[in-house]
Amino acid sequence: MEYLIASGIGVLTAAGVYLLLRGQTFPIIIGLTYLSYAVNLFLFSMGRLAIDLPPIVDPAAAGYTDPLPQALVLTAIVISFGMTALTVVLALRGFLESGTDAAQAERDGGVTGLAERSER
Amino acid sequence: MSHWIVAPIILPAFTAAFLVMALRHDLARQRIVSFGATALLLAVAVGLFALAGDGAVRPYLLGNWPAPFGIVLVLDRLSALMLLLTAFLALAVLVYACEGWDAKGRHFHPLFQFQLMGLCGAFLTGDAFNLFVFFEVMLIASYGLMLHGGGAPRLKAGFQYVAINLVGSTLFLFAVGLIYATTGTLNMADIALKAPQVAAGDVALLRTGALLLLLVFALKAALVPLHWWLPTTYAAAPAPVAALFAIMTKVGAYSIIRIHAMVFGPEAGELANAAEPWIVPAALLTLAVGAIGVVATRRLLDLVAFAAVWSMGSLLVAVGLFGPRGLTAALYYTVHSTIATAGLFLLADMVMRHRGQLADRLSSAAPVAQAALVSGLFFLAAIAMAGLPPLSGFIGKLLILDAAREAPSAAWVWSLVLATSLVVIIGFSRAGSVLFWKTEAAGAGPLPAGSAAPGPAAAGAPRWPASAVLAVAVLIGGTGALTLFAGPATATFEATAAQVLDVRGYVAAVLGPEAAAQLGGAPGVALGR
Repeated sequence: MEYLIASGIGVLTAAGVYLLLRGQTFPIIIGLTYLSYAVNLFLFSMGRLAIDLPPIVDPAAAGYTDPLPQALVLTAIVISFGMTALTVVLALRGFLESGTDAAQAERDGGVTGLAERSER
Repeated sequence: MSHWIVAPIILPAFTAAFLVMALRHDLARQRIVSFGATALLLAVAVGLFALAGDGAVRPYLLGNWPAPFGIVLVLDRLSALMLLLTAFLALAVLVYACEGWDAKGRHFHPLFQFQLMGLCGAFLTGDAFNLFVFFEVMLIASYGLMLHGGGAPRLKAGFQYVAINLVGSTLFLFAVGLIYATTGTLNMADIALKAPQVAAGDVALLRTGALLLLLVFALKAALVPLHWWLPTTYAAAPAPVAALFAIMTKVGAYSIIRIHAMVFGPEAGELANAAEPWIVPAALLTLAVGAIGVVATRRLLDLVAFAAVWSMGSLLVAVGLFGPRGLTAALYYTVHSTIATAGLFLLADMVMRHRGQLADRLSSAAPVAQAALVSGLFFLAAIAMAGLPPLSGFIGKLLILDAAREAPSAAWVWSLVLATSLVVIIGFSRAGSVLFWKTEAAGAGPLPAGSAAPGPAAAGAPRWPASAVLAVAVLIGGTGALTLFAGPATATFEATAAQVLDVRGYVAAVLGPEAAAQLGGAPGVALGR
């Protein structure tokens, strides 16, 4: 099981990083999602892997699994869910307003080219 | 237990919710409530600063759970100082924003309050995962603020900003996971206690966690090579937001001080000063990159943003020295750099507002409205930023150079700090002379035809409302006050630095004196470092 979890985290992270390095917004969003899956699994396994053990007090339990990483994962899931929604909206608005889904801000003249672009 | 400690988090949180729910469509009342709440926050911060001035470390147990199990907030000199700085900056920025920026989009004030909540929480918390949560609160609000007003370029820059910060958050979680896996705790005092005791096989893992955290904080603090998001973001953000973001980079610096100078500081056994080899070289590179950016750019906003990068370089050089004197200098420079950067961003906005299509491009145009006033303020702010006497940048730089004197990297620090200062002075004088002196008669020159309404800037332009000018003047006056009261201020910062390095006192306050005894060694042995 350790091997499965570890390689799963590794593959998800690798895929996430690869997609992050693409130039379009949509692959970046998918990459971020993969990365957050990887980190959730990683956090979960940081409480040590255990099977069939309860996280809360149970008189009949033989042992316990660490409940804290599960709480951390819940927090992380909520935050990454909200953030994914935000990035999707941002990417959509950016696409609709500029007609391209390139993630790179255009550069013309200055370092950011903000004012020139807003003139058009 | 003083319940005021939690007030800087609760007050903005409730204000933001109230603004969204009750005053959604009433901008005038939103301004009043937002201003009142921020002024109150400043009052609370002053009170807490006075409270922390006695040198005690005050834990606040949320839900009254005992320390390593529940989440604690910790008020010490450092967090009180950062709270005070945040509230002061926020009030000035808010006054400026009420002059018109807040009407350019919806929900400026609630987002502003949520941002303050995240900032105050990050400065107060004594728990590593809670620090992550407050980072997220702060960042989520900052995404909204950064996109305030909309527009395609801002959206593009905003997407980059959000994406890079999400990667940062992911790294933060990996780091927190590693730290929890090896030490079994997330309470900062408890981590400091457990770090010297981790099993030999786990030391490498814990070190990885600590350095991943450094990476995250370096990203927030815009340390080279993780600085490149800052100029794009700050130049694209609305001016008051960019000014408020001046404190966001300092959150990164604060976290480096809190985690790497205190928790993984000199007493962390095998991990002692794990971050030390990395910070100074990166900070020196930051100095160089920032200064080159300042002279290379052709736009005022980029110039200010690169000056902010450069000042983070100076600040982190001082942090990277890790001694009490280095930290004293770093704290002085933190206060100075925050208000100087914020003042410059607001001034840049005042300058570009009346330049029509030229906006912030550094080329000659008709004189700006109230040229004497604006250029005078710009002159003072540039002096403060570049570190020329008599304003506070000069004293900050002196403190940094003095602290670096005995460090092994002294030659590098001295030559780079001084050389890049010169470059930044050149950059600012060029910008100032183009903007304010090489002006042309209205209507003539390279002004595009569209904006050639004769002499709009000089004659017909609206005068700046007194409140906006006052906000900028107060920020720049702040650097003046920091110079005037440099003696008492430095004494306070020295006490703060000593308290930060006294990890034993921190552990004793949060976990009890028996726990601190486990750290071993006589108190103060490692302080000489």
